[in-house]
Amino acid sequence: MAGGTVPVPTPETEPFWAGTLAGELRVQRCNRCGRHYFYPRPFCRYCQSADVAWPVVSGGGRLVSYVINYRPLPPADPAEPQVIALVELDEGPRLLTNIVGVPPEPEYLPLDGRVQVEFQPRGDQALPVFRMTGPVPPADDGQAR
Amino acid sequence: MTGMHGGNVAIIGASETRDVGVLPDRSMIQLHAEAALAALADAGLTAADVDGVATAGPLPLEVSHHLGVTPRWLDGTMVGGCSFMLHVRHAAAAIAAGAASVVLITHGESGRSRVGVGAYRANPASAQGQFEAPFGALAPYATFTVPALRFLHERGMSRRDLAEVVVAQREWAVGNPRALRRTPVTAEQVLAGPPIAYPFTRDMCCVVTDGGGALVLTSAERAADLPGGNHAVYLLGSGEASEAPLMSQMDDVGSFGAFRRASAEAFATAGVSHADIGHFMGYDAFAHLPLYMLEDAGFVGRGESGAFIADGHTRKGGSLPMNTNGGGLSYTHTGMYGMFAIQEAVRQLRGQAAVPVPGVTISFVQGVGMFFGAAGSLVLSSRRP
Repeated sequence: MAGGTVPVPTPETEPFWAGTLAGELRVQRCNRCGRHYFYPRPFCRYCQSADVAWPVVSGGGRLVSYVINYRPLPPADPAEPQVIALVELDEGPRLLTNIVGVPPEPEYLPLDGRVQVEFQPRGDQALPVFRMTGPVPPADDGQAR
Repeated sequence: MTGMHGGNVAIIGASETRDVGVLPDRSMIQLHAEAALAALADAGLTAADVDGVATAGPLPLEVSHHLGVTPRWLDGTMVGGCSFMLHVRHAAAAIAAGAASVVLITHGESGRSRVGVGAYRANPASAQGQFEAPFGALAPYATFTVPALRFLHERGMSRRDLAEVVVAQREWAVGNPRALRRTPVTAEQVLAGPPIAYPFTRDMCCVVTDGGGALVLTSAERAADLPGGNHAVYLLGSGEASEAPLMSQMDDVGSFGAFRRASAEAFATAGVSHADIGHFMGYDAFAHLPLYMLEDAGFVGRGESGAFIADGHTRKGGSLPMNTNGGGLSYTHTGMYGMFAIQEAVRQLRGQAAVPVPGVTISFVQGVGMFFGAAGSLVLSSRRP
């Protein structure tokens, strides 16, 4: 991706961004109910327990949806289309991200296709972006997520 | 007074600004004022009669003081473009409880000309600024649109279903002289239009305009004694709901829970069924939203929304005329379109729409706000039950 805004961590989200700078995707998990949750906060989004951990997750997931944005706003490069995507991690949480490493064309972006995280520098931070890893899964069974 | 629903509260004044579209000669606050004074005139009231004010964008105290109103009730609920649906609902509760007698709800936005407003910047330390904006999810067309492919994919639908929404609504806009886009289009033309954010082409995205609108509400009893009472529109039922402040965190990408919850409460409180609804306004900032709404509000079954529109059910003479002003896609969209959806429902129920739906007595208005963040639903009627 050719530029864009730079995230500013808060005390509650700093471990996430420290992780991306270290090449790790850290997603909080609740020690009481066992669920991963996103975005970061110091208590569980599902059961409000403060007993939560910062494990490093696999970084694997699937492509849920996307747009190919032909009109990026500054500070992104307006001439470079962006694949703005929703990725569901294997651990459950969903992230908004970019798909990189393929031409920004629908034929390279099969929904439910496997993706894997990688990290791209952005200002003084690193952004978690995803690459399609294939193979393309069988046709959707029509069931909601 | 026996409760906020069931026709006990009425809209007795309603007006948009004298024009909508490109209005570089008026600031945001003047658009509020112009619409407010016109709605009061429509009700046969003056600013001195108003004791409650609700708005979103500027603070209600700014609008109150600007107009010379001294309110004893204020509501600044801000949930994006459907804020005005929630204001109607809250005003009805306040009037039923005796906390206000005459409530003025205003909207004005210099969305296109940006007169009297600052530039929008996402706070880079907010959740949105950290977890969505850096990836390019900034403009509405690159954020609100992201779930659409999932919706289509889960149902075996396609981009053509988005195009058919545009085609059906443009038919209504052709007959509306205030609409910004008034040239008939085919699905092929919509699909071949300038790409904005795949799968969306230009005409699948709303127009961007300046304009405003306002509503005046009071009790049905008081309405009967006022000039505006002869064109009163009654609130039968309503609902509101919210979900995630980030589009990426909505519970189900292919169906919006807040649409389901708000609409279900509106139907339940109104005591009406889908078959009773003769007119539907579904907030359409982008072409996928009417598809979500028709299914999530239960007007059609899962996966049936595209065919319902393509087969003409939402057009003139159809079973559920929808977005009869042309909608946000063709009529106007200042940024918070909800006020205009309510205004068109009121015009239809009064028989004053540019393209009237014959014999309509109950209209359902479904709003959305904050890119799948919130929803508000109203059931309005020309008759008090």
